[in-house]
Amino acid sequence: MKNRLKNILEVVIFIFPALILLLIFVIIPAIKTLSLAFLNAEGQFVGLQNFSDVLLSSDILNLSRFPTKSPPWGAIIHNAIWILIHLPSVVALGMILAVILRDAWGGNVIKSIIFLGMITPMVVGGGIVSFIFDEHSGIFNGILRALGQDQWVRSWMVYPDTALLALIIGSILLWTGFSLILYSSGLATIPEEWYEAAEVDGANSLQKFFYITVPSLKPVTITVVSMSLLWELKVFDMVYTATGGGPGGSSTVLALRMYSLAFRALDPNKSAVIATLMTVLTLAIGIWLARSTNRMQE
Amino acid sequence: MKSKKFSWKKVIINLVAWTAGLIWIIPFMGILMASIRPQRELLHGWWNFEEVNISFENFGEAWNHPTAPIGEGLKNSLIVTVPATILPIIIATLAAYGLMRLRFPGRRIMLVGIVLLLSIPQQMVAVPLFQTLLNFKIINTYQGLIITHTAWGIIWITIFMRNYLTTLPPEVEEAASLDGANRFQIFTKIILPLSLPGLASVAALQFTWVWNDFFMALITLYDPSKLVATQRIPLLKGQYSVDWGILSAASLLVTAIPLLIFILLQKYYVKGLIGWTSK
Repeated sequence: MKNRLKNILEVVIFIFPALILLLIFVIIPAIKTLSLAFLNAEGQFVGLQNFSDVLLSSDILNLSRFPTKSPPWGAIIHNAIWILIHLPSVVALGMILAVILRDAWGGNVIKSIIFLGMITPMVVGGGIVSFIFDEHSGIFNGILRALGQDQWVRSWMVYPDTALLALIIGSILLWTGFSLILYSSGLATIPEEWYEAAEVDGANSLQKFFYITVPSLKPVTITVVSMSLLWELKVFDMVYTATGGGPGGSSTVLALRMYSLAFRALDPNKSAVIATLMTVLTLAIGIWLARSTNRMQE
Repeated sequence: MKSKKFSWKKVIINLVAWTAGLIWIIPFMGILMASIRPQRELLHGWWNFEEVNISFENFGEAWNHPTAPIGEGLKNSLIVTVPATILPIIIATLAAYGLMRLRFPGRRIMLVGIVLLLSIPQQMVAVPLFQTLLNFKIINTYQGLIITHTAWGIIWITIFMRNYLTTLPPEVEEAASLDGANRFQIFTKIILPLSLPGLASVAALQFTWVWNDFFMALITLYDPSKLVATQRIPLLKGQYSVDWGILSAASLLVTAIPLLIFILLQKYYVKGLIGWTSK
């Protein structure tokens, strides 16, 4: 009896504080959001009505403009394009730079410079990206002028056909530090003998990269891919600062639509639909990551 | 690679490396230049050095800005970030140890549940969380944001610390329990001191993430005088004409704190990021 009481007391001390906070501030709110997605403003159950309303609205999915006309194409397409450009870029840049910087003079200094983008708050990142692409003060346009490409000189953030692209390019610059750091530490775990053996067999640098480095880094790649995907799906801060989703919704993303619907348009039900869609996607990625790392460890 | 012999491969590697370094430092150089040079010099590009006047006026103006003073924002950010770093570390480390050592019904479900919560976006809780904070009368207060960050931090710190604790040798605990120490004593006298490197990693990352957070602050704090530093950056930017000098100075001030954390705790920071994402 005394032991049992002691056991209960231990659970209360060690587990309860975390459990209670998680329940009140994470789990119950998440369940409420899920239920909001299936209710109307009066609280009646409406099935999938909100989902079809949201998916048919042009700010989420605008198939009359995509892909033949310029943005806005709707938040889902914008996030998808973000993933399509950002993901391969950060994986490739991170891996290649990790290999190059390992052998370069001052490589660690350059690594720290690239990692600055990860230390910077993403709201500040949004400001930095706007500044780079500003018509007069931005270095990107300065370079275009120097190259004689004056027809492209403009404030990229204020034109519907370039705002999203400029944001994505900026986000690659800011996020590469993440993949670089992970790949750099992954490289350190590859045994030097493998490269020596390959050299004995007459392999050149490219062959060593594709047959030893890339496959050995697979566990790191899985982590980089899933973490980057999660970030790309949730991207919010830098878009909020840089463009606010504009002009005319041409750079809006899911998280921004969720926020605007909930706190500007005061439509919690439609906002809950977007949040639920985002969660389905991020959960799928999270489960995929957990399963692949488990398989690797076995 | 290690030989001093001249090789073209070495030249190319260094050339690519330093070009990359240049590309990545340029945006930050731009911010630095914009913050210390007057607006009229920026109109022709901060990379023009024909006329250079350096002054720290922009920092003063950002600090005391009439609509969004960044000095007040930094103070508010500290008020939120320090407790929102310490509280989740204490609560989550207790939970991590409990989940590892205690046997109770629902233990496995809780563990799997927390792992699943890792992938839930903050957007999934935003609206009901606002309601909850309103009901507790802590909406638009620092306490509201602190407790939100605490709950959110518990998720990843519990998983991180559980992974960390399983690497500790179990013998020390057994020895202590033979000496008649109870669980709580074992935790405070043995587990915590042994966990210091892991706790340093957690502290560095949690502090940075809370400091850099924007979304949670945006939905919990709306009184202009209570806004944290990150909330003031979009206000300083404005929509049409941007004063890059003031925005850059403010950006540097806000970034200085996480940069300082990174420089001071670099080893723990990077270890935490790697251990946390790839075990």
